[in-house]
Amino acid sequence: MLVFLIRRIALAIVTLLLLTIIVFALSNVLPGDVGRQILGPFAPQESVDELNKRLGTDQPLYKQYIEQMKRYAQGDLGESYKTRESVTHVIGTTFLNSAKLAFLALIFTVPLAILAGVWAALKRGSLFDRVMVTVSLAGSSLPEFVTASFLLVVFAVQLAWFPTLASTNDPSGPIDQLWRLALPVFALVIVYFGYIARMARAGVITAMEADYTRTAFMKGLPRGVVIRRHVLRNALLPTISVVATQTGYLFGGLLAVELIFNYNGLGRELVRAAVSKDLPVLSAGVLLIGVVYMIATLLGDILISILNPRVRLGDQ
Amino acid sequence: MGVIEDEIPAVPPLPGEKLASSSEKKKARNEKIRLFFKSPSAIIGMVIIGIWLICAIGGTAISPYDPLAPDGMSHSAPLVDGHILGTDQLGRDVLSRIMVGARDVLIAAPLAAVLGVAFGSLLGLLMGFYRGVLDDVLGRIIEAFLVLPLTLVGLLALSAAPSWSIIPGVEPSTGTVIIVVGLLFTPIVARTVRAAVLSERENDYVQAAKLRGETGLYIMTREILPNVTSPIIVEFTVRIGYAIFAIATLSFLGVGIQEPTPDWGLMIAQEYRLVIGGYWWTTVFPAIAIASLVIAVNLIADRLQEVMEL
Repeated sequence: MLVFLIRRIALAIVTLLLLTIIVFALSNVLPGDVGRQILGPFAPQESVDELNKRLGTDQPLYKQYIEQMKRYAQGDLGESYKTRESVTHVIGTTFLNSAKLAFLALIFTVPLAILAGVWAALKRGSLFDRVMVTVSLAGSSLPEFVTASFLLVVFAVQLAWFPTLASTNDPSGPIDQLWRLALPVFALVIVYFGYIARMARAGVITAMEADYTRTAFMKGLPRGVVIRRHVLRNALLPTISVVATQTGYLFGGLLAVELIFNYNGLGRELVRAAVSKDLPVLSAGVLLIGVVYMIATLLGDILISILNPRVRLGDQ
Repeated sequence: MGVIEDEIPAVPPLPGEKLASSSEKKKARNEKIRLFFKSPSAIIGMVIIGIWLICAIGGTAISPYDPLAPDGMSHSAPLVDGHILGTDQLGRDVLSRIMVGARDVLIAAPLAAVLGVAFGSLLGLLMGFYRGVLDDVLGRIIEAFLVLPLTLVGLLALSAAPSWSIIPGVEPSTGTVIIVVGLLFTPIVARTVRAAVLSERENDYVQAAKLRGETGLYIMTREILPNVTSPIIVEFTVRIGYAIFAIATLSFLGVGIQEPTPDWGLMIAQEYRLVIGGYWWTTVFPAIAIASLVIAVNLIADRLQEVMEL
């Protein structure tokens, strides 16, 4: 177990290092003059040079990368090109809001999707199964902003059941806040339900056809016991890793959903940063979401290795 | 959107009819084509794509109004003043903009998919065939790439990327989007193709070619590639679906296709805030257009995958 854990964490560190290089490279595709970009075309050359010197953007790229990593390691994410605010502050506050939204979405999606997936697999070929497969396929193949704008038009404007804005700025009570988050959470549930439900369904179908399940039935065990003890325990392992990866990807879906419902989360902040070319905010936010993904998949792998000895003892 | 999609094994609601083992490859292929065209979902998908293709090819010649010309009557409701789907805040006809907007996405999405599948297949072939250090290093980089959701990397790359006007006849902003989305597809395609190559390379025919003294290039292109075309074709159709998804989302987020090109995602970006004031048609109709195209491509991709795996 310990060996498995150490190896898995070492791998995650290598991936994280590569990720910082990828993000740095992508944000420096444009060999632009950062000082000029911030100050505009009419600023005198001396102040542009001075700003570049202060930001360190007059250095060669590899030196800039090393400097940036040193600062990141000390918890200093730099300052926004646009507002001069500390990136740590901007990202920190908006990330907490996004995490709240993501958490709410997950606690609705995961149990619902697993139940639906397992039920569909046990009733394979039934009307419920067909509807579940079609609906989940449609839900997860549509872009988040399309789903979210349908919800906005139908539930917030035409029916006026929910507020159109999800921002948490007003000092309302927790119930009211939950009510405001209902539609964005609903949009995320629709999108992420499909992957998890179909994985659970596929897992159960595979396990139902496996030899050990046939043996269990032939031993004369009651159907309920076979399903609980033999089928579900094996079938839901792959679902755990899908839940983990989807937790990471959920933050990608937040971009559009937060924008549509004008929610002051990390997604909306990153879109703002991208449109105004505020690269320190954007690249720090992208890295943070990468780290969330890696932590989620790491926890998923650990959970699987606890539940399934074959994984942790397998390749030693 | 999740990359994990590709790892979900396709299990049809009912066991499909198994193909009788036939020694003739051609017969099996014809049977697959027949099965593909027999499925109602694939037909529906092709009809929808056909309609959008007509709109894309016809363009301004068949659209009722000029998609860029304001009518003077700003924001008229559907079916008022001869505008079937209404007009937007500048008084431009929504139906015409949607029809002409099909052109852009139907050029951009397949091109991005071609780019991603070409580079990805090349990398996948090299990694799967040579293994070793090359495979390890590239594999690690690919894993790191896949940590980030596609929309997010796209956002970062496009906000930093210059406008490339290197594809003739395509707007610079569209050209940039095609190249960025195509390149971002490369890692995931490479992973899929690598897996397919790995299961082929131990086969006798590859060993025989090696013993004959064929070069690596020959074995990869003449021996292995023809045997991994099924996963590559499936990957290509799946990628077109994701490309539509990604291009629409990035345009909606404001870093993709730019004005004056009429684009569905961009149309929603410019109009969704007005939904609150009751101007729903400028958001809902382009959203329906995106939804119909994405679902159509997915119906075809799903059916193709089922048929190929028989």
